[in-house]
Amino acid sequence: MSAADTLAAPARDSGSKPGGRAIRRRPPGGSEQGWAYLMIAPMTIGLAVFYLWPIAQMFYYSFTKSGPFGGQTWIGTANYHALVDEPSVVQAVVNTLVYTAIQLAGIPLAVLFATLLNQRGLRGRSIYRALYFLPVVTMPVAVAMLWRWMYNGDYGVINYLLSMVGVRGMHWAADPSVALYAVAAIGIWMSLGYNLVIFLAGLQGIPAEYYEAAAIDGSGAARTFLRITVPLLSPSIFFATILTMINSLQMFDLAYMMMSTPSGASGNPALPRVRTIAYLFYQKAFVEHDLGFGAAIAFVLLGFILVMTFIQFRLQKRWVHYG
Amino acid sequence: MRNKTVAWSDPTPGGVRRRSVIAAVGMGLLLSATACGSGDSPGNEKVELSYRIWDKNQQPAMQQIIDKFQAANPNIKVTIQLTPSAEFWTKMQADATAGSAPDVFWMNGPNAQFYASNGVLLPLSDELKSNGVDLANYPEALTRIYSYEGKQYGIPKDFDTIGLWYNKKLFDAAGVKYPDETWTWQNVADAARKLTNESKGIYGIAAPPFGQENYYNTIFQAGGYVISPDGKTSGYDQPAAIEGLRFWTDLMKAKASPSLKSMTDTFPAQTFQSGKLAMYYAGSWDAVAFAKDDNIKNDIDVTVLPKGQKQAVVIHGLANVAYAKTKHPKEAMKFLAFLGSKEAADIQANTGTVIPAFTGTQETWVKSMPQYHLQSYLDELAYAVPYPVSKNTSAWQSKEAEILGPAWSGEKDIAVAAKELAAMMNAALQKEQ
Repeated sequence: MSAADTLAAPARDSGSKPGGRAIRRRPPGGSEQGWAYLMIAPMTIGLAVFYLWPIAQMFYYSFTKSGPFGGQTWIGTANYHALVDEPSVVQAVVNTLVYTAIQLAGIPLAVLFATLLNQRGLRGRSIYRALYFLPVVTMPVAVAMLWRWMYNGDYGVINYLLSMVGVRGMHWAADPSVALYAVAAIGIWMSLGYNLVIFLAGLQGIPAEYYEAAAIDGSGAARTFLRITVPLLSPSIFFATILTMINSLQMFDLAYMMMSTPSGASGNPALPRVRTIAYLFYQKAFVEHDLGFGAAIAFVLLGFILVMTFIQFRLQKRWVHYG
Repeated sequence: MRNKTVAWSDPTPGGVRRRSVIAAVGMGLLLSATACGSGDSPGNEKVELSYRIWDKNQQPAMQQIIDKFQAANPNIKVTIQLTPSAEFWTKMQADATAGSAPDVFWMNGPNAQFYASNGVLLPLSDELKSNGVDLANYPEALTRIYSYEGKQYGIPKDFDTIGLWYNKKLFDAAGVKYPDETWTWQNVADAARKLTNESKGIYGIAAPPFGQENYYNTIFQAGGYVISPDGKTSGYDQPAAIEGLRFWTDLMKAKASPSLKSMTDTFPAQTFQSGKLAMYYAGSWDAVAFAKDDNIKNDIDVTVLPKGQKQAVVIHGLANVAYAKTKHPKEAMKFLAFLGSKEAADIQANTGTVIPAFTGTQETWVKSMPQYHLQSYLDELAYAVPYPVSKNTSAWQSKEAEILGPAWSGEKDIAVAAKELAAMMNAALQKEQ
């Protein structure tokens, strides 16, 4: 029995369930609806209290001068004007976009790895999968610490290896010209395992018959990959792209950990070139105690993510195939 | 049962349903609000105080102090809340906003005016005398950090100053005389150049852009200031301050210090402890770690900071403060007074982690590491300058190193960077008013 059969089986099942039909037959607005509301109430209330209400409050704060211990004064759009005038905002937007672009470039890499790991008869497949997934479940603090050691310009293992082939390495996490790429590389390494799992599931949902037919028609490996695997994997790729993009646009912890020094992150000369929008939000709101300005940054970021996600959903019609 | 479900799906659209949702949300908020409050207790009943600190190493000493205090005041019970320093201020700000900050807690310089000016701290001035507290018992420059608009908000707990640590082995190898109290900036610069041996990875000094350990001291020594006495303007664009900063950038230029990037990757204290740094300006808090390090502990010693135009050192220290909205201001004040007493200071001194602020109790700390001339840290009290603070210190302080960085790595002249720094700081100070 192929993987495709197992996927298809539950779909046939749910259609023939007698209970499913019974629910549909009941008139709408009956007592079931009341129960339904009751059942989703905990979730809805939680969402309203802990997400929607704070978002609404935040929106209000972004138009105020917020005291560090409460107390708001309405100042209109002054925070947004200040945002435009602040040079570090522009740099943070650029940094965030570069980081996001690099993370998105990691997706083809994950597709490639997933295809390789999905080959039949590959030995130790589960060991590889576990290894690739390990960075996803490791604490970011531990990850950053490890990479700080490896990136160390004077004693790091990367520069040691480079020196063996006669190349003089750099201070990867402290040099303004490379630090963002060094951090982005860790980002790819961390998210590879997650995307891999999504793609493996997607690959296993592609019916084997297609591959058999392609083989009979004399299609080579590359052609099969491009004409069968990629189009049929496109829903998974789309999903992974959206998630990666949203996560990357909000990136904070990795930058914070990688830039920090015992005397604070501001001592790292690479900070201005690595600081993301979310990092700037943290700095303004919680270090400089300017909550109103911080709220404005958070809203710009939210708008940013909404627009980018909207564009992605519009574009998906051109390349995503729902089998 | 049946009736209930009908009520939930009331046909009037939005009516009951919306109201019940609002009610449920309201209930949730109400519950969370009441959860924070706790009952008042009148006069003679047992009073409970919370005391929030961030240093785990000091917890045993604090507990000893509390035990003594409770023995003398059986109607007061004090509980320690240990909050790691990384989240201490975030939590404190949230608690103070919600009106549920601890009764008594530790305060540091950068946050003192921030909390005092926002009405979070209990003004102590009038209560000090009646509780037997005499501020003359603490270093004057330290006490000043915790006064705001003529009122005293904190009683000093401990303090730290900066000293010049040096590695005798490296000095001997280079044939340079050890630093002493007669040293000037020139001596440091000359020695640093002589001691540096780049091919062996040995540097004369570490010159990172650290405020408290490095450039605040030299700015004061050059006769400059970081913040004007009225707290309204920056002193970074004054010629004296620029001189104080240039002392460090000149050392960087001479390559007598590891590069800025290098010091970002490997913290200077580590380099000093690995025996590859001849001189290092370090706080009194570093002494314990140095004394424990087998690699260097027998090769090092400490002396006072070399003088520029004059002698100066930055002093910082913690204070104990009380929450303005505490339910038991009287008891909190009593506890604060005991925390500031000689008895409490002696307990702190005996544990050897920090220098107690109470004058005359510091000898124990000096004797705890007799192999080093720790007395230097106390000798400096004669010319100590308070750690520079304002109402929102971190708004400008957190950006100092970022603006100075390009001057440290040689991309910008220090005078230009200092002027940018002054402009940023003046804008931040303007915002505070």
